[in-house]
This record gives sequence, structure tokens and C-alpha cells, in this order.
Amino acid sequence: MSKPKLKTARRLTKRFEILDHTADIGVIVYGENLRALFENAGGAFFHLITDLRKVRRRIEKRIDIGGESLDRLMVDWLSELLYLHDVENLLFKDFRVESVGEDGLRAIAKGEPFQEGVHVIKTEVKAVTYHQIEVRQEKGRWRARVIFDL
Amino acid sequence: MRSGLSRTDIQGRLKELVEALFVNIPSGVGSHRKDLKLNREEERRVLKKGARWAVEKGFGSSEDLDHIEEHGCIEGGNPDRISEKAMERGKAQLGTLGSGNHFVEVGYVAEVFDEDIARALGLSKDQATVIVHTGSRGLGHQVCDDYIRVMLDAARKYQIELPDTQLCCAPVSSPEGQGYLEAMACAANFAFTNRQMITHWVRETFEQVFKKGPKDLKLDLIYDVCHNIAKIETHTVDGKKRKLCIHRKGATRAFPPNHPDIPSDYQSTGQPVLIPGDMGRCSYVLVGAERAMEETFGSTCHGAGRVMSRHQAIRAAKGRAIVRELEDKGIIVKGASRGTILEEIPDAYKDVNDVVNVVHHAGISRKVAKLVPMGVIKG
Repeated sequence: MSKPKLKTARRLTKRFEILDHTADIGVIVYGENLRALFENAGGAFFHLITDLRKVRRRIEKRIDIGGESLDRLMVDWLSELLYLHDVENLLFKDFRVESVGEDGLRAIAKGEPFQEGVHVIKTEVKAVTYHQIEVRQEKGRWRARVIFDL
Repeated sequence: MRSGLSRTDIQGRLKELVEALFVNIPSGVGSHRKDLKLNREEERRVLKKGARWAVEKGFGSSEDLDHIEEHGCIEGGNPDRISEKAMERGKAQLGTLGSGNHFVEVGYVAEVFDEDIARALGLSKDQATVIVHTGSRGLGHQVCDDYIRVMLDAARKYQIELPDTQLCCAPVSSPEGQGYLEAMACAANFAFTNRQMITHWVRETFEQVFKKGPKDLKLDLIYDVCHNIAKIETHTVDGKKRKLCIHRKGATRAFPPNHPDIPSDYQSTGQPVLIPGDMGRCSYVLVGAERAMEETFGSTCHGAGRVMSRHQAIRAAKGRAIVRELEDKGIIVKGASRGTILEEIPDAYKDVNDVVNVVHHAGISRKVAKLVPMGVIKG
């Protein structure tokens, strides 16, 4: 299955919106199914961190997360991506969620390590929080709200 | 830090100084000192010993420890409470500034409000100063992530009803509460060590640029204090002395004169408090005052606080040459990324002068000196 590039403006259905908070920042993410919701959440997260147009798909990481409630799974998923960003300086632009549900999440994230002069850092995200966390189905599609600590 | 240099000494070499600070103090994504190797055993020692570890390794001197909250080490830090992930994030980031609102700022004393206390703190008009603002980096965030999971289960176990999931918690005396305090002490000790190392590199950078030794530069630490931490302290409540867990989030300890927990040379002045403003206005040195013990459990504000979100700030900065605007005011700013400079534009913050006047007039801390920035490095 090929995946369109992350360009919100050119899409008919939007994948995410930025929530403006005074001290922090958040996103509302949409997806026609749970897999798409988690993939779009990954995309929204790295859209906050960097200019994704400059990121290439040079390496891939497999991510496995154990079973949790969907709220926790969402925070765990983004926290895992943040951990890889922090320790291995990775920037991700493509996410393929193979399975997601109460028994866990399996996914592959593609991107490359941060390179001075090539990539920009727009915002440093310190943590993914549970503040006002929400993952639910609404009018036939999935919607999630996540607030980040900056 | 105070210094033996004046405003004009700095101004002559400002560009060179800011460039050199930016090279010597790792600040961007993945940047790291090549001469710093940290194996697992050493990292565990950092978490137990705090700034004392840094001093033993040659970063600064034991006199520095006298001017750090808790002498740079919170007792009871237990590295066994720290996850593999937190250790990994810590290893990659010890001795780094980090981005966001973290910075090193070279400034000068623009105004003295209390001559006697300023003298006791070694501050005088037009003297050059340095402020270092950073913390426990990714290690602290990972400790937070890890323990939020513990606390989510604990809140259920102890039947605590939560208005918001992020506020999950456990009784301080419970195994979960005690476990967290042991982990938090490790994160605080990591932060003390991180600042001590950066302080040392600031001194080395001044030595390089001014070709002077430590005796002439006199970059002595005035004080180092936390602003996101919980401490077990004794306070008087309804006339009775009680042992409490004081949470300071975006707040700073501000103990008054004669408090046993402040250094002997500050017994008559009160504990120094540093209030960083935004990079275009000013910062303040205050001291703790008696009213803080009566009204705020020995605490005062930590900073100016934002009025604009990051996105609003970036929109407000659009089309403006922010670095140039600051340069016109005599302030040189160098950051690893343009984004973090824009997010931190002066307009995005409350006027620190107003904020400091409030705590001064409320009597919870006293104004001593105003510091105006000349050079700033950011992550």
C-alpha cells in the first residue's frame, strides 16, 4: 500500500490540527481507522519537531508496544518515538502501523538521523503527556487529542 | 556567577565570547563534548553524588558546592530506580544545554536595589555576570514518563479520583511514593551535575577568550537553585511544626535570613534567588524573605512566564530579523536552531519587571539587583 506524502493542505480530509496552548502545544489527530490514527499521530508529532520535507526515508525502526488502553497506547507510541529521537537523534517521516488494539501496537517508522545543516529543529518536545488525553471514535472516524510538554 | 570583569571588558570581546561559548557548550540536537565519556558505573555515581561527582572529576571546586541548594546532592538517590531508557537518555545528554528555554546568558549589573545585600553577594553596578539555565534533560523526562505509569496504577490502587490523568499520584509514604522520591533525587542530582559541568566550561571559555586565569576572572558561583522539584521540609502550619512534601513547579525555594538550610555566608542576607527574564529585557537577583515562610512555604516565582504560545510567538516574529533586532539593542544571541530563538522572542513573555515587583511587594522575596543581557547562547 503506498502512502501519500504528509501535506495537510492538499488533502481532502485533514490528518491533524495544531492546538495552541500558552506554555505547551497539542494536536488533534484524525484517522479513518485506528491504524491510520496512530500513523497520523506519528506524522503530526514530527511535523512539530522538524520540517519533514527535508527528511529522507533512509533507515527504518521496528516498534513493538505491549497491550494497554488506547489512551496509554497513544502516549507510549509517541513516547517511544521521542525516546528514539532523543537517544539516536532520529527524525521520522513515515509510519506503517501493522496492528494496533488492546493487545498492543506493532509498527515500522522510517526516517533518518538529524544532520546539522540539512535538518531544522522547529521545537524541542520534552515529553508526551496524559493531560486532556483522548482517543475515541466520532462520526465513523477516529480522533485523538495529545498535549506535549515543551 | 559574578565576575571580576566589567560590562566594558565584555563588550570589547562579546562576539568572540558568544561564539566560543557556543562551541564549548553542547546545545543542539545530538551535540556532545568529544572529551566526555560516561560509562554505566560513572552515570550511576552521578545519580548518587550529584555535583560532588563533577567536582571530583575536575569540574569546578568544592567552594561551588557550598553555594548550591543541598550542596548539589539530594540524599537518597537510588540508581536502581532509574530505567534502562532513562540511563540511555542521560548518557547521551550529560553536559549539554538542551533547547527550548534553556540558555547561558552573559550580562551585567544594570541596577542595584539593595547595596548591603548586593555587597554581601559580591555584586556591584556594571559588573559582568553569567546565568546558566538547564536541568535534568532527557533523563528527567524519562523518569517522569516511567513514574507516570507507576502513578496511574497507584492512583487506582489507592482509589484517588483524578480530574486529569496527568495528575496521577500516590501517597508520599506509600512504596510507590517513596520509590518516586528516590528516582527524583537521581534526576535532581543529574541536573546539579549538568549545571556544574556547564559552569566549568563557561569558566574555561572566559579563560580562553580573555587570556586570564581564574584568579583574575573571579567567576564565583553566587547560587544554584532548582525550580521543578518536591522537597521534604519542616514548616509551621497552624502554630505547629510539621514535616511536609513541598512541590515547587515553576517555583523556586526562597528561604529567609537565618534559615539553617542556607549557606553560612548568606545567613544575614537570605538565600539568593535568580529570576531569568526573556533574552531582550533583563533578569533579577533576589533574596528570600520572612513572609515566604508564612505564606508560600519558603517559595517564590521562578521566571516571567509566557503570554504567547510558541506558535503565536513565531507568527509575531514573522518577517522580523529577531537576531538583528536584539543586536541593535547590544545583545548577541546564538542558537542551534532559528525556531527556538523565534519561540523565545521577548514579546512572548510577561515583563519580568512586573513579575518581580509583585513578589517583592508581597514580601516573599526582596529585589537585590537587575541584570541586563549582552550575550546569550541557546539550544
